[in-house]
Amino acid sequence: MKVSEIMKALNAELIYGEDFLDREVYSACGSDMMSDVLAYVKEQAVLLTGLVNPQVVRTAEMMDMRCIVFVRGKKPDEGMIELAKEKGIPLLGSKREMFTSCGILYEHGLRGGGHPYNG
Amino acid sequence: MDEIIRQHYDVDGSDFTRAGEASGKIKKTLKDIGFTPEAVRKTAIAVYEAEINLVIHAGGGEIDVEITPEHVRIVLTDHGPGIENVELAMQEGYSTAPDRIRALGFGAGMGLPNIKKYTDEMDIQTELGVGTVMTLKINA
Ligand SMILES: Nc1ncnc2c1ncn2[C@@H]1O[C@H](COP(=O)(O)OP(=O)(O)OP(=O)(O)O)[C@@H](O)[C@H]1O
Ligand SMILES: [Mg+2]
Repeated sequence: MKVSEIMKALNAELIYGEDFLDREVYSACGSDMMSDVLAYVKEQAVLLTGLVNPQVVRTAEMMDMRCIVFVRGKKPDEGMIELAKEKGIPLLGSKREMFTSCGILYEHGLRGGGHPYNG
Repeated sequence: MDEIIRQHYDVDGSDFTRAGEASGKIKKTLKDIGFTPEAVRKTAIAVYEAEINLVIHAGGGEIDVEITPEHVRIVLTDHGPGIENVELAMQEGYSTAPDRIRALGFGAGMGLPNIKKYTDEMDIQTELGVGTVMTLKINA
């Protein structure tokens, strides 16, 4: 699924990342706890979260995630947007809640796809 | 790359927003050197969890990195409270983080188990009231 398609499906606004709209996303992960996100490696994933602080962008950076969607109408601040620019990660904002956002993307064919490393 | 690369980072314990900066730089270094994407990501996640722990549990600390063609070794040193029961701390879901930290997205008790999972070697030396030294090794 492309970033632009996620945007359309969630009726989301583009907060940052005009240049990344054609980027492909192959799996998804929704959580407000960053260590839970870090526990499973997803390939080229989109992160959905209701958490807003710079560690969301850092978590996505460490995991090579392709896009971040802020749910429940949460808005990142300037510092977070700057960090996302530096790391090249597009940011979307959706008014929908987490469950609904995840459900919509699931309907569009995205899956969790996480696999734990075993040492 | 033949020579050994060494890096040192000071991690500010009072600035949560900057936690992860050192991990980002270490990740970039490994990527530029040509470590495999898997090794780069495993290292990035492990050192990031450990760097966050320095900030939220130990009031900051230091990170020393040694990169050779075969592996990356990372030593994280702090002078925080130490870990009372390492075996317990290593269990998934065990956390002493207060609600204030949970509201920031941490405190699930998954950090140390994640670090274990993503590294080839992990060692913790800790003493109550003195601090903690954690050594991580990831093969290239
Ligand atoms: N550097 C440290 N100094 C003192 N205590 C630590 C340190 N690192 C971890 N701990 C202790 O070990 C516990 C477990 O750590 P772990 O990283 O697994 O979970 P967490 O940091 O509480 O939550 P999460 O990592 O999921 O955000 C912590 O809650 C804390 O009590
Ligand atoms: Mg932790």
